[in-house]
Amino acid sequence: MGSLLRWACGELVADGSGFPWTTFTINVVGCALLAGLELLPLARRSATWAAALGPGALGGFTTLSAASEQARGLLDEGRTALAGAYVLATLAVALLAVNVIGRLAPPLPEEDEL
Amino acid sequence: MITPLLVALGGAMGAALRFTLGKLLDGTFHVGTLTANTLACLVIGLAGGAALSGAAWALVATGFCGGLSTYSSFAVQARDRGARIGSAYVVLTLALGLGAAALGFRVAA
Repeated sequence: MGSLLRWACGELVADGSGFPWTTFTINVVGCALLAGLELLPLARRSATWAAALGPGALGGFTTLSAASEQARGLLDEGRTALAGAYVLATLAVALLAVNVIGRLAPPLPEEDEL
Repeated sequence: MITPLLVALGGAMGAALRFTLGKLLDGTFHVGTLTANTLACLVIGLAGGAALSGAAWALVATGFCGGLSTYSSFAVQARDRGARIGSAYVVLTLALGLGAAALGFRVAA
């Protein structure tokens, strides 16, 4: 499910040759949603649903492999600054989103962090 | 029309493997998730080096590697491990990921 949604986002707005905004947005949004998963009554009530939505759907939605391969491509093109900015911006905004949303949401059970 | 099916198939296989690795290996340090992410980066590097496209890219890269790797779990795990272990986890994940993608690309190109 998550992989399909990620693919559909890429079909709608493909990452161009510059900063990969689509993958960046997918990863940041996915991180924010996982941190806020316990705000959802369904996830609080059912461990099965929490696992399906968190590690399942959101884990499939977000991707480190595409981000690494894009950064690799930028480095090989000699666009070192852009590659560095992409890696660091994804990390920084994702961690910021996790911390901000995480403050509002109940903590996530350990097994849903996979 | 077949592309979304290939993405879903690859994604389900990758996510199941990531979940299994996490269950087996994740402890104080998230070795399982780190392994899944690094492996996915190696495979997508190989796919890029081999210049896969179309259906093969959809199945292997967008589907399998995308499902096997995760950013959301990685970011939440890093936050919950505190400053020292969390920072080590972040640096290791990003460095191994980029290194594995570069290695895979060079091996297959």
